[in-house]
Amino acid sequence: MPKRHVIKQISVFVNNEPGRLAKIARMLSEEDVDIRAFNIAEASGFGVFRAIVRDPDRAFERLKDRGVIVKETEVIAIPMQDRPGGLFEAAAVLGEEGINIEYGYAYSGKEGAIFFIRVDDTEAAISALLDRGLELMKEGDL
Amino acid sequence: MYWNARMECMPPEELKNLQYRELKSLVYKLYSFNNFYRDRMDEHGVHPDDIQSLEDIRKLPFMYKQDLRDHYPCQMFTSPREEVVRYHVSSGTTGKPTLVGYTEHDIEFWTDSLARALTSIGIGRGDVVQVSYGYGLFTGGLGLHYGAERVGATVLPASVGNTERQLELMMDLDVTAIACTPSYMIHMGEVAKRLGIDFIRDTKLRKAILGAEPWSEGMRRHIQEGLGIEAYDIYGTSEISGPMFTECEERNGIHIWGDVALVEIIDPETEEPLPPGEVGELVITVIKKEAMPMVRYRIRDLTYMEDDVCPCGRTSVRMGRISGRSDDMLIIRGINVFPSQVEHTLMNIPEVGEQFMIILDRKGALDNMTVQAELRPEHFSDKMSDMMAIKKRIDNDMRKYLNISVNVELMDPGSLPRFEGKAKRVVDRREF
Repeated sequence: MPKRHVIKQISVFVNNEPGRLAKIARMLSEEDVDIRAFNIAEASGFGVFRAIVRDPDRAFERLKDRGVIVKETEVIAIPMQDRPGGLFEAAAVLGEEGINIEYGYAYSGKEGAIFFIRVDDTEAAISALLDRGLELMKEGDL
Repeated sequence: MYWNARMECMPPEELKNLQYRELKSLVYKLYSFNNFYRDRMDEHGVHPDDIQSLEDIRKLPFMYKQDLRDHYPCQMFTSPREEVVRYHVSSGTTGKPTLVGYTEHDIEFWTDSLARALTSIGIGRGDVVQVSYGYGLFTGGLGLHYGAERVGATVLPASVGNTERQLELMMDLDVTAIACTPSYMIHMGEVAKRLGIDFIRDTKLRKAILGAEPWSEGMRRHIQEGLGIEAYDIYGTSEISGPMFTECEERNGIHIWGDVALVEIIDPETEEPLPPGEVGELVITVIKKEAMPMVRYRIRDLTYMEDDVCPCGRTSVRMGRISGRSDDMLIIRGINVFPSQVEHTLMNIPEVGEQFMIILDRKGALDNMTVQAELRPEHFSDKMSDMMAIKKRIDNDMRKYLNISVNVELMDPGSLPRFEGKAKRVVDRREF
């Protein structure tokens, strides 16, 4: 089966308890989870820690075993290196197709910036973006 | 000044005779017309003929809040439906509210009881009374409204909320007395300060009738000194009609009119009577109630009685401050909340588990209730919109069933304390 144009992200529930994020960060380091990019969303009373890691399946299992609420989701990764205006282009395509971007965050790697986006309809977003000639990364490309 | 000098100053022995006669006729009436209470008396092995003295009231079975819920809506009524001229409703544990019905006579004696109370604190014709209790299903607003009108005062039915406007009206209309919760009184004081309004200089307010939630002598001093007014305690619950009894100008206990209600203080465990001055559970019999008589009602408030004659000349017994509850009911911004209601509400929300904690804080003068619940892992989402929807749903359901808005904190599964035996799910950090 050919690899799909998605990257796995792990998301962790962080409750309001003081020091909770530090605890989760320590667990990640103890489990040797290599974080490539991350983002924290917070609301009154809780937060969601989202990360692109090396070997997400392993990270997911390890965190789950330690009693953390964790979830794997697929995000779309758009490399920005040689296309100025690439972010605008991607957002415009999704907008035209009526696909909502739930959230997005960037990662600045050796090869240039990568923009990760989570959309409400991943499959539709992938075909729309590929149709317009945008490059999307696959698992293992990072 | 008395509103009804004969009743208010009746010699104790004469009052006891009157109470005995009223009690006896009430029990006969109930036994004949109220299936619920007849069955309960039969189960208890007591007949109206067994009531041979006032002390024989102890032979009668108790009534509980649960009885009102179990017989919702109108099965407890002793009067035909068309005789009932008003309903008041309070929120219930399992979606079933507590309903109280009133005949014209019931509204009349309730109003009269408050007219005596208002007169005893020097409120009457010429006064402008701002009623800042909620109007509607809650008894506070309409109760005080009728009472204040009866004594000839001018009533401003302000109800709750919009504090700035309330202050403006208070100044514009020369309001002399206010009825509200003690925490709302403090809140008003704080808002006034922020707006540069000096209660003493800028208003004519001199008296406040405060109740519907627990408060203390410390709060009384704070309010009296801060706002330059006299603060009076008021007592009542919807089951007994609504707010009914207050302190007099002496401020040394709440006068319970003997021809209206019979009060007992019992040890909540042994159910044995306790002498004057000793704190126990209040048991109340409203002898005048027609549509929905309450006999030996276990109101669950803890307090004590004084039976010496008050310097004001009134002979009724006086009730001390409510020092707590013999059950786990919480009073939050004047609204009664049982932890079991919170539990029941959460049980119907699939995204959270059944463990919970309630944390009560006081921010400024207003109570804040936080409910912590454990998120079920399968409902966790990386999308904030999904997570906010879970919080919103809990908040909406609490509002719907408990009539109160709460802060919701989602917790990790297993992170809330588990209890063996009696659960302590409430952390009350409020200072009264």
